[in-house]
Amino acid sequence: MKWDEFFVTGEPMIYGAMVSIVVATLAIIIGLTYFKKWGYLWREWLTTVDHKRIGIMYIISALLMLFRGGVDGLLMRAQLAVPENGLLDGQHYNEIFTTHGVIMILFMAMPFVIGLMNVVVPLQIGARDVAFPRLNAVSFWLFFAGAMLFNISFVIGGSPDAGWTAYFPLASIEFSPTVGNNYYSIALQIAGIGTLMTGVNFIATILKMRAPGMTLMRMPMFTWSVLITCVIILFAFPVLTVALALMMFDRMFGSQFFTMANGGMDMLWANLFWVWGHPEVYIVILPAFGIYSEIISTFSRKNLYGYKSMVWSMIVISLLSFVVWAHHFYTMGHGVMVNGIFSITTMAIAIPTGVKIFNWLFTLHKGRIEFTTPMLYSLAFIPIFTIGGVTGVMLAMASADYQYHNTMFLVAHFHYVLIPGTVFAVIAGFYYWFPKLFGFRLNERQGKLAFWTIAISFNVTFLPLFFLGLKGMTRRMYTYSESTGFGPLNLIASIGSVGLAIGFILLVYNIYWSFRYAPRDTTGDPWNARTLEWSTHSPVPEYNFAVVPKVNGLDPFWEAKKGGPALYEDKIEEIHMPNNSGQPVILGIIFFFFGFFMVFSWWVPAIVAGIGVLVMLAVRSFERDHGRHIPVKEILETESRLRGEQV
Amino acid sequence: MLLAVFTALLVLLTGCNSLTVLDPKGPVAKTQSNVIIFSMLVMALVLLVVYVLYIYMLTKYRASKAAPDYEPPHVEGSKWLEITWIAIPVIIVTVLSVVTVRSTAAVETVPEGYEDQKPLVIYAASSNWKWHFSYPEEGIETVNYVNIPTHRPVEFRLYSYGPITSFWVPQLGGQKYAMSDMVNKLNLVAEHPGSYMGKNSNFSGEGFAHMEFEALAMSQGEYDKWVKEVKETAPKLTEQEFDSLLKESHVGRKTYTSTHLEFRPAPEGENAGHNHGGSEEADHSGHSETDHSEMNMDHSEMNMDHSEMNMDHTETEDAGHETHGN
Amino acid sequence: MKLDNTLPLEYRSEENSNRIFGFWLFLGAEIVLFSTLFAVYLTLWNRTGNGPSGHEIFEIGPVLIETFLLLTSSFTIGLAINSMRQGFKKATLVFFLITLLLGLGFLGVEIMEFVTYVHEGATLQTSAFLSSLFVLLGTHGAHVTLGLLWGGGLMLQIKREGFTLDTANKSFIFSLYWHFLDVVWIFIFSFVYLKGLM
Repeated sequence: MKWDEFFVTGEPMIYGAMVSIVVATLAIIIGLTYFKKWGYLWREWLTTVDHKRIGIMYIISALLMLFRGGVDGLLMRAQLAVPENGLLDGQHYNEIFTTHGVIMILFMAMPFVIGLMNVVVPLQIGARDVAFPRLNAVSFWLFFAGAMLFNISFVIGGSPDAGWTAYFPLASIEFSPTVGNNYYSIALQIAGIGTLMTGVNFIATILKMRAPGMTLMRMPMFTWSVLITCVIILFAFPVLTVALALMMFDRMFGSQFFTMANGGMDMLWANLFWVWGHPEVYIVILPAFGIYSEIISTFSRKNLYGYKSMVWSMIVISLLSFVVWAHHFYTMGHGVMVNGIFSITTMAIAIPTGVKIFNWLFTLHKGRIEFTTPMLYSLAFIPIFTIGGVTGVMLAMASADYQYHNTMFLVAHFHYVLIPGTVFAVIAGFYYWFPKLFGFRLNERQGKLAFWTIAISFNVTFLPLFFLGLKGMTRRMYTYSESTGFGPLNLIASIGSVGLAIGFILLVYNIYWSFRYAPRDTTGDPWNARTLEWSTHSPVPEYNFAVVPKVNGLDPFWEAKKGGPALYEDKIEEIHMPNNSGQPVILGIIFFFFGFFMVFSWWVPAIVAGIGVLVMLAVRSFERDHGRHIPVKEILETESRLRGEQV
Repeated sequence: MLLAVFTALLVLLTGCNSLTVLDPKGPVAKTQSNVIIFSMLVMALVLLVVYVLYIYMLTKYRASKAAPDYEPPHVEGSKWLEITWIAIPVIIVTVLSVVTVRSTAAVETVPEGYEDQKPLVIYAASSNWKWHFSYPEEGIETVNYVNIPTHRPVEFRLYSYGPITSFWVPQLGGQKYAMSDMVNKLNLVAEHPGSYMGKNSNFSGEGFAHMEFEALAMSQGEYDKWVKEVKETAPKLTEQEFDSLLKESHVGRKTYTSTHLEFRPAPEGENAGHNHGGSEEADHSGHSETDHSEMNMDHSEMNMDHSEMNMDHTETEDAGHETHGN
Repeated sequence: MKLDNTLPLEYRSEENSNRIFGFWLFLGAEIVLFSTLFAVYLTLWNRTGNGPSGHEIFEIGPVLIETFLLLTSSFTIGLAINSMRQGFKKATLVFFLITLLLGLGFLGVEIMEFVTYVHEGATLQTSAFLSSLFVLLGTHGAHVTLGLLWGGGLMLQIKREGFTLDTANKSFIFSLYWHFLDVVWIFIFSFVYLKGLM
């Protein structure tokens, strides 16, 4: 391979990106060296096994990816703003919508959700860490390695260009000869293994590590949503693993799974992809439901309405999510029977989802509603998401879907589901739990400004797409002629996307400003909330709880504040904590290089890296690390320092 | 009955004419447009209920309006309310399910009132970013445009020489995939003469955005005239010509007096993309070797009868079930 | 560390019991993985293109040897865990060794089987059927290979440290893994070979 094939060339925008990547990397390296922060970074972050810090690293990565995916989205909107626009050519546009989809779902929504899971779940169940802290770090570094590998495709070798669904035969070596789709199959595989491990870890954590007295039906709703999500991960991700492996074999080893000759079957890919892909939607949406449940209950100053039906509706949704996948290709020519069955299962999902919507509305009933920033996002979610939901029901009707399929109507629908559903939820959760992590709240006035900008711009951007779809505009077109009449609505949508960009910049400014100027919260409970995580200090000490809490019911902290049974009765004893380890990050780096060599089919280095992975596993197996014990004296000191007392 | 309700609703919603999908020119698209409008109305009702409750809660129970000592009550839930908002959606989904299954059955068959006519069969095959239309009865082939008679059922038989594409003429009816190893059938009828936009709606690579064609509906008389004219003026489609056509990214309109089906049959019946191995294989092995060198695969090497192909599809579904069953 | 001495060593600490639970969850994911591979295989098994069908290439001899070796190894790993619970270090190591040797034998026969297929012109690239066959068998074989490395490492650890919370826990988890591979093989034997030979 020649160097000019190795690096993507010929596009001024890509040269710009290369330069900025190099400059940013240099700036980080020089900055870390100058401020002598390498040791700090290594000791406190890269080697950490603390669930809170891993959560923060997930969230930071997700925010970075939000901007990468967001720039992709902006470029798409810029290209479509006017008819016959020449900003991007077809190939470039195809790469951009592909990476936009992959990054937003797999490297933004998922890690953001997993980040919040990491931060919140152990605290909500009164645990000191997750069940397998070291594995948790491995999960993060595998995700990070996958995300970075996917992102460098932009400048090295070329990005995937067959859509985030990578349908065959389009994604085969015959029709997509660049290494782009190799990146897709391998980067997603590496990140996916990390996600699967997260699923295992959190199921074990939630089922085995709850504080005494916290029965399943006393778990906070967010914890419930995470448990159900992780079960979905456990059953859905192996299907993706297989699908990606077969894709890799087809592209790199000449196998015939999805080819057009020798018995290959292109529809098999679509089936495998969506058997994973539809549950994946619920992997990012159910935790969002959990987040909203916590926030709406907190700021209505009321317990969650219909707790039991909330739990059951999520269980039903998770089951149904596995039996609807064929609605992604009604038009593939199944009979009336198959399409009919999948239509009905799909529409059935609306029932438990409706139950949730009404339960949230009735949580507000007779409440004392406070419009904080996290609450605003949660309240905006209800009406906007309902539009996404009802259009989903419309799309579920097979006969009508023949007209919506592959159009902007569909694009509008899933953005109406995923943005108010997942994106608003993770932002709301971010605002809500931020003070728990950092000990101060984000500025409310700026937060509200960002909220209104985002919420309004969102509708301006995506509402026109419903109508464009009905006018016959298909998705993934890089250009259209003026005679189609798609111009004006597209222009409105593009203007909206600029508003969205401004909203997210305001959000980042809000974070920056608050880090510098926001007043400290010493109570540990700035929102007057209900669940266990608010009963410990902010920021949370590494051991989470000096004494393991005793739980007597739902919302135990709220009850305790109202004069119910005390949470902490035991005496402080020494606490056993796991040690930090450099192995996960090293494993992540080796996986990154393994993946990179695989992408380019450089077998010898790939085999060397593969052996490196095995060596790391062996090192771990032979290691004897039983953690350490924090002495009582140190705990007492930390506790009084966190209460703001001078030591 | 159902149709009457739809028609009534449609009359109410004539304002939607600038939306192509809701401006049908044939019975299939009309059924679909009716389903869409009906579902929109039902969904608008759902939205209305949610929005009314939402606005009520948000205006009535805001903290700024509450008495300073107001303490929200502890409410577990209400059995009857919860049963209500399970039962009503169940009813709505049931109604929509019935509508869906009926209308899906309707659009999958020859439209009502046209059952007696013999449908005009047109093969529509995609290659790179163009469409080939073959009229086996007339012995005509066109590229990137298709002429059809009005008031006559047309059976499009769809397949692809490459990535999955989706054949869509929104004003005549919904889309269906064209794939390389099987033929999908799409029944359409045009009831008004006119020129309709047709396109591939399924992303298929670099030239996808320009993969459009014109569907021109004309009276039977005009159609016959056109056929006659083509027969007199257009050249024959040779295998060589077809192969070079396949390799092109885009071409303009083309017309021929023979079809490619004669030397390159569609992947249906015994040419479907499934293979048993077995005895028939020997007959074709010589053929397939020569074809392998070509970029565009030949389907004739594959053999399996139609019933087995259908069986195979059921198997895919089963396989999927097996996966999630665990 | 809280220890519940009524439990066997491998379950005794909270960490140990969590690890076993976590491994069961992982095996759940593995079941889905193999089910998907089986689904792919059963979808493609009669799509043989111009290549041979299963009936033409499968031979019952080597398959029976493989089945015998793997089933016996599943039994011996059970004996190893049984000896471990009774504290017989030497017996445990011997049974471990027999298990791994049987696994190695299995792998050897499987590799020879693959070589034969390739010689007959049945490769990964030949047809969809063969692709799915090789990937299904190969995934199982790769699991066995990994198991051999893992088991070898565990033997060294048991030899060096005797039975501790760590080694007992790891050995037990390894035995779960090994039994699982055996179960997968039974499905391969039935749905790939028997179905193909019928």
